[in-house]
Amino acid sequence: MNRTLGYGLALALALAAPFVGYPVFLMKLLCFGLFACAFNLLIGYTGLLSFGHAAFFGGAGYVAGHALTALGLPFEAGILLGVLAAAALGCVMGLLAIRRQGIYFSMITLALAQMVYFAALRAPFTHGEDGLQGVPRGRLFGMLDLGNDLTLYYVVLAICVAGFALIVRIVHSPFGQVLAAIKENEARAISLGYDVDHYKLVAFVLSAALAGLAGATKTVVLGFETLTDVHWTMSGLVILMTLVGGMGTLAGPILGAFLIVALENKLGDLGNFLAEKTHVEWFASLGESVGIVTGLIFVACVLLFRRGIVGEIAAALARGGRQRRAA
Amino acid sequence: MDIFGVPLQAMMSQLLLGLVNGSFYAMLSLGLAVIFGLLNVINFSHGALYMVGAFAAYIGVTSFGLNYWTMLVLAPLIVGAFGILIEKSMLRWLYQFDHLYGLLLTFGITLLLEGVFRSFFGVSGQTLDVPEALSGATDLGFMMLPNYRGWVVLASLVVCLATWFTIEKTRLGAYLRAGTENPKLVEAFGVNVPLMVTLTYGFGVALAGFAGVLAAPVINVTPLMGSNLIIVVFAVVVIGGMGSILGSILTGLGLGVIEGLTRVYYPEASEVVVFVVMVIVLLLRPAGLFGKEK
Repeated sequence: MNRTLGYGLALALALAAPFVGYPVFLMKLLCFGLFACAFNLLIGYTGLLSFGHAAFFGGAGYVAGHALTALGLPFEAGILLGVLAAAALGCVMGLLAIRRQGIYFSMITLALAQMVYFAALRAPFTHGEDGLQGVPRGRLFGMLDLGNDLTLYYVVLAICVAGFALIVRIVHSPFGQVLAAIKENEARAISLGYDVDHYKLVAFVLSAALAGLAGATKTVVLGFETLTDVHWTMSGLVILMTLVGGMGTLAGPILGAFLIVALENKLGDLGNFLAEKTHVEWFASLGESVGIVTGLIFVACVLLFRRGIVGEIAAALARGGRQRRAA
Repeated sequence: MDIFGVPLQAMMSQLLLGLVNGSFYAMLSLGLAVIFGLLNVINFSHGALYMVGAFAAYIGVTSFGLNYWTMLVLAPLIVGAFGILIEKSMLRWLYQFDHLYGLLLTFGITLLLEGVFRSFFGVSGQTLDVPEALSGATDLGFMMLPNYRGWVVLASLVVCLATWFTIEKTRLGAYLRAGTENPKLVEAFGVNVPLMVTLTYGFGVALAGFAGVLAAPVINVTPLMGSNLIIVVFAVVVIGGMGSILGSILTGLGLGVIEGLTRVYYPEASEVVVFVVMVIVLLLRPAGLFGKEK
């Protein structure tokens, strides 16, 4: 009951948001929210730490951007191609990475994603260091003009809500229960007769495809795609978003993504504000020190609140509930 | 004399360059393996600490007027001390949790270190002069050997082999190997395992710092030099497996040479050849060349 109320409230907020905030920024938040949720499907619900999700996010962005710009395909086809490319890439990377467990899995995904980065740097259609510029938004089903920010916002919202709903469905399905079993105790899942590698691969491909959906949509929203999205720092950023919000919680990654993206965008303003108030000159350079700030948040999260914001709140509520029952 | 259409001279100099890179891979993957063996932590900040080592040498030489040889000893000590600080103050609290958190923490430390050095030095590179004793080149008859490059290969080989000897052949190394197998039991025998863990981490990152000093005169010293390298080193570690010390050294050197050869015959692929080898090894021998199937 509470959950339905929460989702309803969040949806109402999202529907009203473009009348208060800047739609393009809000769309960026939504795309990163979906990206983090897709990543969380692996780390939070399957127990696999992928260090290569930038490859799917950025790879799909490049494919979608290329399809719209050079091939002149319509919006839907561009997004679809992006998602398919990410899923195919996820299938290849997944097949290789799940041959090893634990920490090796993370290192392999990181190394494979670095190959994708070099491919994006060298391939002719990505335009190397310049990136893809001027990606057209086009029309949805040939009718709705997506050049209008507000129209595009609702389309993006629909895409992200659909992606999120799919993740919720996966997590609560029997398939999701098997994933949870693998996360908790892989050896036991194997002894119960589950083909663990098969489940891991499907989860990996689903996560890659959803990350691709987020990346392709983001490219259309911003109208460009650059190497930043395929760089390993992007893989790190999505880990941070999920960690801050709460790994293994449904709403956490969205919250984490909003916070981190907002922080990256507004850090300069915040620094200037602090410099003005405290007269400490150093704060004024805060805008250029995104790396230091994200690094600090990373370290603080890992050391102090590993459950993330939503996870800590849920744990506190559960504690409160237990005490009330005990009283 | 040509080898498959490539002049011997060009071939040899690329091979040497490959060996130099291979020495860095070997030293870094060795440190990673030693740390992973005892701490069960993959030290992402290894690359960043290699960068710190290079910058320590640069700062020592340019700002404090110390010479290269002093820094070759001092910089690893600084990096090692810094590593001990990291282990004591942060890493220590994470051993009881899933070891993914160790990777995440050291990743955060990497971002932090790179950010700090970027705010001081920017992204453009600094260069350190080759020490006078090692400048110039020696004519070997079939090629000109730049003395410094020869020194890098030699010094890292000595350090790697000394590490191998210490771990495999001495009493201290026996404790270390026992600690890797079963820390509880070793502690029961009266060995101070937490101290051993701290010192191991310190030593592992000191190796990275040493590699950083060796690298400083031959590459551009930039805040990002470490993270580009560490991803390749991760692939090296996946290829070799972390079970064997000698395996790490051989894999590192071998991949450096393969990379050098690729630069001769198909330069476009030289950036990714290590990753391609990783893919092939994963397909044929998933546990890695020297890894034990569990």
